[in-house]
Amino acid sequence: MYLTVNGKIYDNLIENMTMQDLLDYLKLPANKIAIERNREIVSKSSFNTAILNDGDIIEIIHFIGGG
Amino acid sequence: MKNYIKSDDTLKLGSYEFNSRLIIGTGKYIDYKQNSDALDASGAEMVTVAVRRVNVSNPNKPMLVDFIDPKKTIYLPNTAGCFTGEDAVRTLRLAKEAGGWNLVKLEVLSDPKHLYPDMEETLRAADLLIKDGFEVMVYCSDDPVFAKKLETMGCVAIMPLGAPIGSGLGVQNKVNIRLIVEQSKVPVIVDAGVGTASDATIAMELGCDGVLMNTAIADAKNPIRMALAMKHAVIAGRESYLAGRMPMKKYADPSSPLAGLI
Repeated sequence: MYLTVNGKIYDNLIENMTMQDLLDYLKLPANKIAIERNREIVSKSSFNTAILNDGDIIEIIHFIGGG
Repeated sequence: MKNYIKSDDTLKLGSYEFNSRLIIGTGKYIDYKQNSDALDASGAEMVTVAVRRVNVSNPNKPMLVDFIDPKKTIYLPNTAGCFTGEDAVRTLRLAKEAGGWNLVKLEVLSDPKHLYPDMEETLRAADLLIKDGFEVMVYCSDDPVFAKKLETMGCVAIMPLGAPIGSGLGVQNKVNIRLIVEQSKVPVIVDAGVGTASDATIAMELGCDGVLMNTAIADAKNPIRMALAMKHAVIAGRESYLAGRMPMKKYADPSSPLAGLI
């Protein structure tokens, strides 16, 4: 399976990954980020159940310094 | 005019209430530690933050939330970098999911040379965000006509620029800021342009309800000290405004009575 995460292509990922699996793979803490899949927000409560599909476009954001 | 007394002179922004009238940014600091120390010195209770992609190649990069606790300090997510209403809505929906705040700072910028707000697109974006349930604090030009339109639409705070973002030139158009203050029933916050403590005091003496600044603190030689200066400057300006200044006179007026001289 392949995904685009923050503009970067990840291929050879295992099938039926959940959103939480992806976060674990990327070593990102779920409580400090928010995720959009194909322009739809994925709620934190569904990270463990949301199954990723081939070709999904994922955006993972967090807060950084700004004015 | 409301009859303020100091003890309950709080700043109400949408459904939030603050004791401090200073809001500071989190950009341009040497690191997040310095930012956090400046925040402590400033007494601010809310910080502006930007929403950006996580660096997926380096998950160990320091994160803002590890230095400024969002449980203790309210994050005001901005839309810097958005050029359309749709981008702004998308960004702030994600921000809400990440942190849960409903209070947001809308800024739709235009030319990087002056970073003036694109008011046509700002009005459109404000409408979309308000319909989406956000409490919108809006960065805008110091134009009383646009300010009124934004207030009528339902923005919870009007935030005219004092001078271009990051310029440190101080409040350039006191007449317009005063006009906006006089006509507004929602808080008016000078956002951008403050360079030094006296600029913040001037904004508050004009009757503004608060000041938002980033570069004035972050780019000071000693940001922590400047943060403290800004805390006092905002309080001084507020108290001065509430106290009501003495009238200006053309000639001297002795403070010691002339009667009874020996």
